[in-house]
Amino acid sequence: MILAVGLPYAALLAFFVGIGYRVLSWSRAPVPFRIPTTCGQQKSLPWIKASWLENPYTTAGAVARVASEVLVFRSLLRNHRPERLGSRLVYSPSGWLWLGALAFHWSFLIVLLRHLRLFLQPTPRWVLALQSLDGFFQAGMPVVYATDAILLVALLYLLGRRLAQAQLRYLSLPSDYFALGLLLALAGSGILMRYFARVNIVEIKRYALGLATMSPALPSDAGALFYFHVATLSLLLAWFPFSKLMHMGGSFLSPTRNLANNSRMKRHVNPWNPAVELHTYEQFEDEFRDKMRTAGIPLEKQ
Amino acid sequence: MAWPKPDELVQIDNTPPSGSWLEPSANYRKGAYCNSALPKSLDQVGMPNARNWKPSDADWKLPPDWKEIVLEGMRDRLERFRSFRLFMDICVRCGACADKCHFYIGSGDPKNMPVLRAELIRSVYRRYFTAAGKILGKLAGARDLTEDVLKEWFYYFYQCTECRRCSVFCPFGIDTAEITMIVRELLNLVGCNIHWVQEPVANCYRVGNHLGIQPHGFKDSIDFAVDEIEEMIGVRVEAPINKKGAEVLFVVPSADYFGSPHYYTLLGYLMLFHEVGLDYTFSAYASEGGNFGLFTSNEMMKRLNAKMYSEARRLGVKWILGGECGHMWRVVNQYMDTMNGPADFLQPPVSPVTGTAFDNARSTKMVHICEFTADLIRHGKLKLDPARNAHWNVTYHDSCNPARAMGMLEEPRYIIRNVCDRFHEMPENTIREQTFCCGSGSGIGTDENFEMRMRGGFPRANAVKYVKEKFGVNLLSCICAIDKATLPTLLEYWVPGVEVAGVHELLGNALVMSGEKERTTDLRGQPFAPQTEQAGA
Repeated sequence: MILAVGLPYAALLAFFVGIGYRVLSWSRAPVPFRIPTTCGQQKSLPWIKASWLENPYTTAGAVARVASEVLVFRSLLRNHRPERLGSRLVYSPSGWLWLGALAFHWSFLIVLLRHLRLFLQPTPRWVLALQSLDGFFQAGMPVVYATDAILLVALLYLLGRRLAQAQLRYLSLPSDYFALGLLLALAGSGILMRYFARVNIVEIKRYALGLATMSPALPSDAGALFYFHVATLSLLLAWFPFSKLMHMGGSFLSPTRNLANNSRMKRHVNPWNPAVELHTYEQFEDEFRDKMRTAGIPLEKQ
Repeated sequence: MAWPKPDELVQIDNTPPSGSWLEPSANYRKGAYCNSALPKSLDQVGMPNARNWKPSDADWKLPPDWKEIVLEGMRDRLERFRSFRLFMDICVRCGACADKCHFYIGSGDPKNMPVLRAELIRSVYRRYFTAAGKILGKLAGARDLTEDVLKEWFYYFYQCTECRRCSVFCPFGIDTAEITMIVRELLNLVGCNIHWVQEPVANCYRVGNHLGIQPHGFKDSIDFAVDEIEEMIGVRVEAPINKKGAEVLFVVPSADYFGSPHYYTLLGYLMLFHEVGLDYTFSAYASEGGNFGLFTSNEMMKRLNAKMYSEARRLGVKWILGGECGHMWRVVNQYMDTMNGPADFLQPPVSPVTGTAFDNARSTKMVHICEFTADLIRHGKLKLDPARNAHWNVTYHDSCNPARAMGMLEEPRYIIRNVCDRFHEMPENTIREQTFCCGSGSGIGTDENFEMRMRGGFPRANAVKYVKEKFGVNLLSCICAIDKATLPTLLEYWVPGVEVAGVHELLGNALVMSGEKERTTDLRGQPFAPQTEQAGA
């Protein structure tokens, strides 16, 4: 009961409170300066084509830019690798990281959304539609979801590259492997239950609905694998706000991406704009007056 | 001085060392760091812990409570800068930035990967500002702030030129320049700063420009340029200083009037303004466009930048025009109006020659010379003879700040295409928003830092070498004073035979002035290519 009910609730609480705390701490800190990284032509003369997306000058452009980052990982798509051949550097496009990251995130999202069928009664049409689309490429019993396979392959790729590349291995922290390990355990146990060690889905839906409606009831014949799945998910949820997995919020809030490059058109205000000591023109002229007069430079005081 | 030869330096080993990066390391060897600031430069602007010390010393003579000062400084900045807080939290260490840094490409030192450069302070952030780091320590990638860590910061955050190339590739837009700026602020709190930044800061604050050229010396330089133009071209131009009631205040990086090849760009400006009859003035008080405060702290940036608006107000001009300078334009585009505005005593800039309203500068009221000139050319206001640049085969180096902190990519290219016949772009991964830094920006372009500069500039030089060999390029044009000061050394080292010039030098060569005498040489005094004479230009 503690494992199956207490843990998910506690994890969810930690998840939402933690995220709330984190987002609040970010949004409480002001954005003193308008510092977009400009990745395209600025808006200047009317006959020069400005890049509204890569160097947005309107709020709509900045929103679109953030969307391009969040939805298709725009910046990661620029990735390339420099290689040194003797004394010459050559650059080759390198889309694997982009592909691996995109594959992981999108398939993970779809897998999560598919799980809604367990928490909602009746199962909404769009969830069913998503489910049949996901299983489109495969006939047979049970239907093999494309996202299950993609999720697993993408995670293994992300782990593999971290282990295989010396530089990445050098910079990686235990927490980087922990995140990948947790996700692999979560996805792996789910896949096992769906395709190999089948569980009673009716009982699990009863349990999930119970959690969702705040009237928890244990599934009658769920095995250790199921509880392992629930436990890894709970751990992931609870750890999420305190880890780098919070990068999600960062992509929305990053001042190098979510601001329009319009600080010459419209003044950006810094709430803590400090008063600073200045060396005034008067002080300057007082020091150099004689020399300026001799040189014939106009003066305020003769 | 026996610096390593290019064929030695290019043997770059990318194998990371054994052991953990959490162990601080900073190898203060000759050629790989900048000299420390002199006490008098710090005293002049009221910066703390002025003393004599060297980065290679064992004892840095830090204040006794240096650790508290730095940690308190971090806490304060975490509250004031969302960028800082976010960039400490959201990195996933995906490594997309790793091989995008010119210092990493040129040195192979893993702590020059932007992700690890940032981790050098992130690890300290985790230790003192996050629960996981406080409890789990090293396991969570956290480490204590020690004197060795501080020395490591100084080493690697003065091996970042704040060029922002990594932030183009980061999926979350994490900008190492922002992190470097904040770490340098922290280092400044305990008096760890470099001579090549702090002396220009002190000079600029009191005298008005980086070299500390006093007003009469400034006037001499400008007058000399006026005389030289008359001698070369036969036209007497005017270059007023502190002229009240002029329409435009013109601010240039001071290197334009004391550096070479900057000086030829200055000649280009003066000729251009005469030709279109611009009513403008220089200022002796604001005789510096550059702002090494940007490499010190945001407060220092504000103190130095304030002179532009204050002088514009005193002289009663309508708007401000700015010369070819890289980081000056980062300050103007992203900081000036916020820090020292609103400039409601000025008017939205309008070109008196073409009537074009520079709507993109309507609040800041400051226009880039390339915007101004591109507009003139577009309206057919200039008579240009590109054949006068026929001896040059030109490429264009996007300077980091105009490219990635502004997005000024097309304006200079438009000018170049109108004043030169032979123009070739470097490979696409090395220009525009992906441009490579000269390796000497953000105040580390000093002689004693030679090896790191050559390493950092290696990718840029390599792309120049490519167009030199493929198209016969012999001139690299750019719009940044630090580029003009440091790229000649870099190119001489890696690609001998390619010169460096400002865009307005090329314009000055091509500009046909009314009343000019027959011209046989460019602004450097080099004879025009033979075909020019045949064309009878």
